[in-house]
Amino acid sequence: MSKKHSEPLLHITKRKDLPFTKTWAIRIGAIIAALIVCAIVTTALTGLNPLSVFGTLVYGAVGTERKAWILLKELAVLLSISLALTPAFKMKFWNLGGEGQVLMGAWATALCMIYMGDLIPSGLLIIVCLAAAVICGALWALIPAFFKAKWNTNETLFTLMMNYVAIQLVAYFVIIWEVPKGSGKVGIINQSTNAGWLPYIGTNSYILVILFVAVITAGMFIYLKYSKHGYEISVVGESQRTASYVGIKVDRVIMRTLILSGAICGFTGWMMVSGIDHTITTTLAGGRGFLGIMVSWLAQFNVVAMIFASLLIVFLSQGAGEISTIFGLNQSFADILTGIILFFIIGCEFFINYKVHIRKKSGKEEA
Amino acid sequence: MKKKVLSLVLAFMMIFAFSAVLTGCGGSDDGAEDSGFKVGFICLHDENSTYDKNFIDAANAACENLGVEAVIKTNIPEGQECYDAAAELVDAGCGIIFADSFGHEDFMIQAAKDFPDVQFCHSTGTKAHTEGLDNYHNAFASIYEGRYLAGIAAGMKINEMIDAGDITADQAKIGYVGAFTYAEVVSGYTSFFLGARSVCESATMEVTFTGSWYDEALEKEAANKLMDDGCILISQHADSMGAPTACEKKGVPNVSYNGSTQDACPNTFIVSSRIDWTPYYEYAIDAAMNGEAIDADWTGNLETGSVVLTDINEDVAAEGTADAIEEAKAKLESGELQVFDTATFTVEGKALDSYKADVDTDADYTADTEVIEDGAFMESKFRSAPYFDVQIDGIKLLDQKF
Repeated sequence: MSKKHSEPLLHITKRKDLPFTKTWAIRIGAIIAALIVCAIVTTALTGLNPLSVFGTLVYGAVGTERKAWILLKELAVLLSISLALTPAFKMKFWNLGGEGQVLMGAWATALCMIYMGDLIPSGLLIIVCLAAAVICGALWALIPAFFKAKWNTNETLFTLMMNYVAIQLVAYFVIIWEVPKGSGKVGIINQSTNAGWLPYIGTNSYILVILFVAVITAGMFIYLKYSKHGYEISVVGESQRTASYVGIKVDRVIMRTLILSGAICGFTGWMMVSGIDHTITTTLAGGRGFLGIMVSWLAQFNVVAMIFASLLIVFLSQGAGEISTIFGLNQSFADILTGIILFFIIGCEFFINYKVHIRKKSGKEEA
Repeated sequence: MKKKVLSLVLAFMMIFAFSAVLTGCGGSDDGAEDSGFKVGFICLHDENSTYDKNFIDAANAACENLGVEAVIKTNIPEGQECYDAAAELVDAGCGIIFADSFGHEDFMIQAAKDFPDVQFCHSTGTKAHTEGLDNYHNAFASIYEGRYLAGIAAGMKINEMIDAGDITADQAKIGYVGAFTYAEVVSGYTSFFLGARSVCESATMEVTFTGSWYDEALEKEAANKLMDDGCILISQHADSMGAPTACEKKGVPNVSYNGSTQDACPNTFIVSSRIDWTPYYEYAIDAAMNGEAIDADWTGNLETGSVVLTDINEDVAAEGTADAIEEAKAKLESGELQVFDTATFTVEGKALDSYKADVDTDADYTADTEVIEDGAFMESKFRSAPYFDVQIDGIKLLDQKF
């Protein structure tokens, strides 16, 4: 071994499993650091007391009963989309088309509500909408999956492009359905008859949606962890060759999984139009098709972790709105705080998985 | 991956606990005013949009004048979020709530039905006069009068260019960037054109639509397209800085909307018309505080101070513009001059003697109300939001897909 300092100043090695206490210490440290940086940024940029800003953040997310319900509704939507994307990701199929798949579900729901609102009873209409939405969402995911399975096309680009097709399709129909003419707005569909609307539980319109997502969450947990399909997905994700070797039909698994992924996205679109917004716009999914990707990755495809990852993101974004209202700050400032917190939380995983060695002056390797 | 779950739980708990415990749940107590009356505002975007900035400025001004507290929620999309925002404002104790964007209307109506003790006011909407709710109201202003006056400034600028020999009279083509083929936009560009043609007879106009109320790139592109097509002056009805900055770059004069763009475009900005919402806000808030009824459909005008022009940029505007505008303004106020006087325009070569407009909004766009009276199209008379959607001669639409 040469005695010369040939190693770089910093070098990084993969860690073996750290003891529990250490990983926790790193995470707690990261969050404290994030809050301190947020506090410094807040004071430096606005001169406000950072503690009252943090307090407002919490108040904005869960400060009243209504805010808490809104938080849960937003959580349900984001979680549902994240869950939808997860089986595809686990298979290393990069489904970036959540946005479009949700929109297609929403579009199909709106289509049925508008054209069949007066024709069939509301209960039946809800079911028709649901079926149409699930089929459209699934189809939107199946198309790129089919091309991937048959001709090995690039699914990242394909699913991404399908988003824009969906957005343009919705834009086209918005102009057909707009009221009044030229306004570019569909408005609330069937506002006077409530045809095709999910029923309220008591006076609360969000409980049903939240319950649906709870069921999907449990279902997805079991599907991925205990079902044969879930196992096949993991094997295909690990290695397609291995999967083929052990007799898994990779093409079929890809298509089947994407149908499931798209169907849940379509289902989410249905919930949004039939249960929450009762209207359709090109921005209905509001970027959550992409945010769901982050949730899924942040949770490393673990269904239970995903609940908390989406809660964290929804909590921060709901609280952020309140900051701009109370302090008269631009929304961008709240986004900065959210960004800092997420940066530290995601960043700390690096230090849990890798060890950074700093070259010591003595030349010894151990850091 | 149990660790992952635990870490996220922990992350979440930490943020929650750290901030909640140390502050004891900060509320919204700062800046409480004398009266204790709270007013809620729901805005589609924030002050980066000229449209929303115009509302936010008016909200702050009105609340300051009346000594009430303004609670402003920005970046509220035209979906259930609007209802949620309205409900939260009710929870926060607001006695009256305003929303600023057309697509908020149905959600405001929904909120008005659910919270009958609170007043809901929606700017630019069309449904209050048929909805029959005591606590739901629409408002707009006769901005076509402002557009007409701004059009006079444009016409005079074109005359100056003709006199200087920069262009010939038959090259007097105006370009207009619209958002949608919506009546509000049609009413806007037609009144602007009629104003310009009232001083420059040879003026013609081309209109293109972006299909978005706010898209800087599209608006810039649209303005460039019009200028390449030979338009020598541009105006717009869309909310970004796209068209004005495109004009500044090419040195083509611009008549703006929603507020002055002079800072960004000192060499091309002539004048801008805008709606000042302060008078309406003051009227409605005052009525709500005193428990008085608010008009279902309120139309502001030049006299109420709802329709205003910004300062004229004397460096760009033609000489005598201010005087000409003042003169026309006095005539509009006295009723001597009507913007949509049917003697001043033709439709397919004929005078417009009778026209039914879609005043009561419905999905089939039924034309339901005769709007020609005493030789003029009576804009904003049967409801506050514009319903002038006639294509008059002299204006060419380059596309109509939106």
